[in-house]
Amino acid sequence: MQLHLSPEDQAFRDEMRTFFTTQVPQSIRDDVAAHRDVTKEQYVEVQQILNAAGLAVPHWPAEWGGRDWTPLQRHIWREEMQLAAVPEPLAFNASMIGPVIAAFGNQEQKERFLPETANLDIWWCQGFSEPDAGSDLASLRTAAVRDGEDWVVNGQKTWTTLGQHADWIFCLCRTDPGAEKKQRGISLLVFPMDTPGVTLRPIELLDGGFEVNEVFFEDVRVPAENLIGEENRGWDYAKFLLGNERVGIARVGATKRMLVDAKAHATQITSGGRPLIEDPSMRARIAELETELLALELTALRVVSNSSDGKPNPASSVLKLRGSELQQAATELIVDIAGPLSLASFADDEATDVPEWARSATPEFLNYRKVSIYGGSNEVQRTIIAGTILGL
Amino acid sequence: MDFTFDTEQHALREAVAGLLQRAYDPEKRRAVTKDEPGFDEKTWSQLAEMGVLGLPFAEEDGGMGAGQAEVALVATEIGKVLAPEPFVESVVLAGGLVAAVGTAEQRAELLGPLAEGASLVVFAHAEPGSRWTPTATGVTAAQGADGWTLTGVKEPVPSGARADVLVVSAAVEGGTALFVVRADAAGLTRTGYRTHDGTRAARVTLDGTPAELLGEGTADRTADVELALARATVAYAHEAVGAMQTALTTTSEYLKTRKQFGVPLSKFQALTFRAADMYVSLELVRSIALWATMVLDAEGSSPEAVLAAADRARLQTSKAGRHIGKEAIQLHGGIGVTAEYSVGHYTSRLTAIDHLLGDGAWATGRLAERIDAGTVEALP
Repeated sequence: MQLHLSPEDQAFRDEMRTFFTTQVPQSIRDDVAAHRDVTKEQYVEVQQILNAAGLAVPHWPAEWGGRDWTPLQRHIWREEMQLAAVPEPLAFNASMIGPVIAAFGNQEQKERFLPETANLDIWWCQGFSEPDAGSDLASLRTAAVRDGEDWVVNGQKTWTTLGQHADWIFCLCRTDPGAEKKQRGISLLVFPMDTPGVTLRPIELLDGGFEVNEVFFEDVRVPAENLIGEENRGWDYAKFLLGNERVGIARVGATKRMLVDAKAHATQITSGGRPLIEDPSMRARIAELETELLALELTALRVVSNSSDGKPNPASSVLKLRGSELQQAATELIVDIAGPLSLASFADDEATDVPEWARSATPEFLNYRKVSIYGGSNEVQRTIIAGTILGL
Repeated sequence: MDFTFDTEQHALREAVAGLLQRAYDPEKRRAVTKDEPGFDEKTWSQLAEMGVLGLPFAEEDGGMGAGQAEVALVATEIGKVLAPEPFVESVVLAGGLVAAVGTAEQRAELLGPLAEGASLVVFAHAEPGSRWTPTATGVTAAQGADGWTLTGVKEPVPSGARADVLVVSAAVEGGTALFVVRADAAGLTRTGYRTHDGTRAARVTLDGTPAELLGEGTADRTADVELALARATVAYAHEAVGAMQTALTTTSEYLKTRKQFGVPLSKFQALTFRAADMYVSLELVRSIALWATMVLDAEGSSPEAVLAAADRARLQTSKAGRHIGKEAIQLHGGIGVTAEYSVGHYTSRLTAIDHLLGDGAWATGRLAERIDAGTVEALP
């Protein structure tokens, strides 16, 4: 047992911290810290800065831009990015389809897609969920039928995040409707979003923003070579990909930053004739949250420090569950600090005296209800813990 | 940064686990805790033979020179089987104070026999009507021609009636000092009783009782007491983690075997989700207990860092212990409330640990005073 980071890991942490706080434009980091929308151009700019420095896809195989880092170093990399309010490399590219193509794609696909995926020259979106296939993803119905050298895709996807920016989609399609198990008849196809027959409908969320979409497919012709891996093995790739999605999902760094902000905001609000930060119940609430967050961070560190032997630590299932709860608790805290000011949520700068942080508080709180739903809802996580860990 | 135990530590754990698991199952524990002194003298001696009772003491004081990590391992194994031996109370807390404050002579005289299992030393500190303070007010010390005498009441004192030596905190001019009182001292009255968790405590009445000053000089020992309590708190966190682990495993096993409505209880999601939440609580508190132990052991940890780490461990232990303890009973149903079945005793012990040295709400209050210090650093 050893508390301190090794000198090498300390140097690594300093290197990351310096890079993220000096090489990524301050204006973009300010936007992230203020919970403003990050534009497509900003995402691309940052990912290309990271990619040029070898910091966009360090978890990929080395020949495709990966770095030979330990799990702890990857953890530090991600935490430092979040602490510095750097927009993270686009998850659909860096954590999802990239690793799948690297692991299961053919050589031609790797060469065609991986460099542009790492550099965000291609913006990917995820075609997984459907109106009738949410937590029960394997019951998806979007069909791909072989016709000569093409697959013909018909159906509908939903919750397609940032699909409005996407150049390509990776899409789970049913290719064998007669398969004995519904998981066995699914394949993973990729195709451009401007393929004829693809239409996209944005869905407005409670915060007034547009980040998810419905995507409709009507006789979309996809060349046979755009199948990733083997036919009818798509479910395995989806599981592989969703496993990656849970990495870093604790988002401790981001929540830490929110708590620091919350304390600063609480000094600006007067309550009962004194700054809110001096209110004992507010202080107790913050102290409790800080301790909960520390427990989560330490659990994440236990997971990464134990995972070098390749076996996943059972405690990793805790990260998604608790990480999402604490992100939500932090957004709720900020709404409560804003109090009545939080009502001014949709006021423009010139129309209000309410500071921006208080205006963004409730939209953020409402938006963050998503984090306990996506990436395997917290109920799915409880099912996993009860089933695979407790044997229930 | 490394949360894992080394080979030697694993060997220690296996040895202690083997000994304690042979010594205790729920039946044997019930039998042992029924009779005085509330623990098994033979098991205590075996722990001494294994070196466990001298683990944290320097070798020149008769100890093993081990660190808090080894203490944590032992405490966890104790918690797993709910062994009633007063390891944390005697070795970690009372022994820790003697090691920190005592003169070389006192350390050799008190810690050697403690490590050998020949002398049970406990800390008589709590006073009726006050709670979780590092100072003493109800017991006062007076210096006469023949030395120091103590007067006042200490209660509850864990294993206070069985103890061979009491380390007693007492008010002196300018603060709190520590004294050594022998079991056969004049004017010492001890009334022992059974506590809800099967262990023992006592009212200790001192009436002009002769006492030996622990350490040199009557400088205020409040800071030493605080640090010793912090170390004991972290050891208790591990004992609690061990207890919570067994409470959860017992509950999971029960859900798999108990049938109602023609199916095992594990078919009911309303129950399995609650078991999953217990697991989340357990892993979170385990993380913070391990971390607090590393803070204690790390070179260069300031007293403030140690106290803060102990408070965070205390808060998480309190929350998780209450959550897991209460759910373990509820998921069992009526049998969980009986003394004949094991699981309720875990809840009882967790409740005792929560209230011995300061509970979660109390820790939150202390931590709330420190929130202006900035971000909590997991890895300083």
